[in-house]
Amino acid sequence: MASFRDIVFFIITFFSVYVQVFYLVTFFRYQHKILRRTGKVYLKEYPAVTIIVPCYAEERTVEKTVHSLQELRYPEDKLHIILVDDGSPDNTWQKLQELESKYSNVRSFTKTNGGKHTCLNFGLEKTETLYVGCLDADSLVHPEALVRIMSYFEGNIKLMAVTPTLVVHNPKSLVQRAQRAEYNVGTYNKKMMGFLGGIHVTPGPFSIFKKEVFDTIGPYKKAHNTEDMEITFRMHRQGYLIDNCSDAYVYTLGPKTIYDLYRQRVRWIYGFMKNIIDYKELFFKKKYGTLGFFTLPSGIISIIAVIFMILFIVQGLIGPAIVFFEKLSTLGFNVSFSNIFSAPSFDWFYINTETVALVALALYTLVLFSFILGKWVSSNSETNLLDAVIFFGLYSVIAPIWLCKALWNVLINREDSWTVEIDKRVRENL
Amino acid sequence: MSSTTEFEKEFSKKEIERIEKVHSAPGFSPMQYLVVFVVTVGLFLSAFGLSNYLSDRKLDKVKYIQDDIAIDILSSETQFELLQDISCKDAGASVLSSELNDLARRIEYSEQSIQNIEEVTRLKKYYSVLQVKDYILMKKATERCGLKSVFVLYFYTTEKNCVECARQGYVLTELRDKYPDLRVYSFDYGLDLGIIQTLIRTYKLSDTELPTLIVEGDVLTGYHDLEATEALLPEKFRKEQAELMNAKVATSTASTSKKN
Repeated sequence: MASFRDIVFFIITFFSVYVQVFYLVTFFRYQHKILRRTGKVYLKEYPAVTIIVPCYAEERTVEKTVHSLQELRYPEDKLHIILVDDGSPDNTWQKLQELESKYSNVRSFTKTNGGKHTCLNFGLEKTETLYVGCLDADSLVHPEALVRIMSYFEGNIKLMAVTPTLVVHNPKSLVQRAQRAEYNVGTYNKKMMGFLGGIHVTPGPFSIFKKEVFDTIGPYKKAHNTEDMEITFRMHRQGYLIDNCSDAYVYTLGPKTIYDLYRQRVRWIYGFMKNIIDYKELFFKKKYGTLGFFTLPSGIISIIAVIFMILFIVQGLIGPAIVFFEKLSTLGFNVSFSNIFSAPSFDWFYINTETVALVALALYTLVLFSFILGKWVSSNSETNLLDAVIFFGLYSVIAPIWLCKALWNVLINREDSWTVEIDKRVRENL
Repeated sequence: MSSTTEFEKEFSKKEIERIEKVHSAPGFSPMQYLVVFVVTVGLFLSAFGLSNYLSDRKLDKVKYIQDDIAIDILSSETQFELLQDISCKDAGASVLSSELNDLARRIEYSEQSIQNIEEVTRLKKYYSVLQVKDYILMKKATERCGLKSVFVLYFYTTEKNCVECARQGYVLTELRDKYPDLRVYSFDYGLDLGIIQTLIRTYKLSDTELPTLIVEGDVLTGYHDLEATEALLPEKFRKEQAELMNAKVATSTASTSKKN
C-alpha cells in the first residue's frame, strides 16, 4: 500500500513529467520548422522600427548598449532609438545627451523617476514607427537579431510580437553560469511555446511588437513589477499571436551573486503569481489555447514541484543522518570506522529501484534533454554540461527558498520594491 | 551600416519562401494533450514494471544465497550424522560468518525497499530457520571440537516503539567486528514462525522487554550499551579473542614487511 507521501509524490511527478513530455512531443512535431540561421537574412521590405532604451543609473553600460544597436545590420534610416532617463541619481542623463549628439538616429529624454513601465510608456508616446521594441540598458544585441526577428513578421502578417533568445553575457560567477544553463533550457521552452501560441512573457530585452498592440490594448502597467508578463497576458486576451525567434540573440547580464539572483527571482515569481491571479480568466479556456491549458498551469506545477521535491530530498537525507547520529551516540567515536560509516556498496542489489526513484530519474533525464535540445535550438550557445550541473545543484537548493518567499509575499500581499535591485547597482556604480 | 537599396539587391527569394513556411502553428491541439497523456502514463507504467522486475530479481538473489547456505548447513549436518563427529578441521569456517551476515543485510534492505512484503517476510522466516540450524550445529561443533565460540541470541522487534532495538543492533555489530568468534543470531520477535515461538516459550520472553539478549543461556532484557554488553561475555573469551586479534595483526605486519 503506497504511503501518503508516495501518492503526493506521484501526482506531482506525473504532472511534471507530463510538462516535459509535452515539450518533447512539440519538439518532434515542429523540429523541421526551427530556424537556426547563421548567415545573413534579407527581407522584402525593411519596416521602420523604434527601440526604446529605459535607463536608470546606467551611465556605465548604456553606451555599449547603444553601440550594439548601431551595429545591427538594419538600414540606418529605418532604425530609431529612444533613450529615456528615469530620473537617475548619477550622470546617466548627460551620457544620453552625448549619445544623441553622436548618433543621428538617437533621441534622448529625461523624466522624473517612475519605474521601468513609465519609461516604456514615455518612449511609446514618442514612437512614430509601425514596429517598436525595448532593450534594457544592460543588454547587448547580436548584429543579425533585428533582421531575423523582422523576418518572422514578414513571414506571418498575423504576428503581433516576436520574442528573442536571451543569452547570459560573459558569465563569470557560478551563479551566472547556472543562469546560462537555465536560459538555455528557457530557449527551448520558449521556442516550443512559440509554435503553439503559448508564450507567456515578452521579455524586456528586445521583444519587438507591432505598435498597434499598444494603440489597441493600452500602454504598459506596473503589474507587480513584471510589466512584460502583464502585457503578454493582455495580448492573449485580445487574441494576438506571439512567436519566438530562437536565432535572434540578446546578451544580458545575469545577477552576479546568489542574493541578487534571489531578489530578482522573488520579484519574477511574485509577479507571475499575482498576474495569474489578476488574469485567472485565461485558465482552461479554449480561446486562450496553449496559454490557458498548458503554459500557466505548468508554471504553477513547476512551483509546487520544486517546493515538494526539495522536501522529499530533505526527508531522504534526514533518515540516514538520524541513523548516523544514533550510531555515533550509541558507540561513541572509539569504534570501528566501518560500523559508523557504511561503505558505499557497488552491488546493484543496493541501488534504489523503487518506482518513486525510477520516476524521479525519468524526470531528471527529461530535464537534461531540455538542456541538450536548448543548446541545439540556440545554435550558438556556449553553455556546457558543467553549467547544467551547477544549475541543477544550485537551483535545487535556492529555488525552493525564493519560491517559498514569493509565495509568502503573495499571501501577505507584500510587494518588494523593484528599485532595490537597481539601487544596489547604483551604489556599486557611484 | 547599409541603406535599404543595398539590402534589396541582396535579397534572396529562397530565403523568403523558407521563412513563410515557418510561421506560427495553430495554437490549440487537443490531440497533442491526449498523446502526451498516453506517453506519460506509459512512462509511469514502465517505471512501475521495471521496478517490480528488479525487485523480483533482488528477491531471487536472496533466495539463491539462502539456498546456498541451506546446502552448506545440510552438508555439515549430513557429515555430522555420517561420521558421528564433525570434521573439526572445517568447523571453524562456519557458514555463518560472512554469508549469513550478508544475507541479513540484504533482507534488512529488502524490508525497507521492496514492496512485496509477503515475499520478504517469507524469506525472513527461512533465514531465521537457517540461523537456528546453524546455532544448533555450531553448538555441537563447539562442544566436540573445543572451539572458543560464544553464542548470543538477540530478540528485537521492527515495531516503531522499540527505539532501543536499533541501538542494540549497532552494539552487537560492533562487538562482532571486535570478536570474530562471537556468534550473534538475531530474531524478529514479531515473526509468526513456530521455531521463534519455541525459543520465546523456552526462554520465557516478553515483547515488553525487548531488546532481549541471551548470552550463554542467561536472559538479559532491555538495552545494554557497548560496555555493558561486552562485560556480559566471559572474560576468558575476551582475553583469548584479543590475543588472537593481536597475533593476526602481528602476522599481517610481518608479511607486509617481508614483502617490502
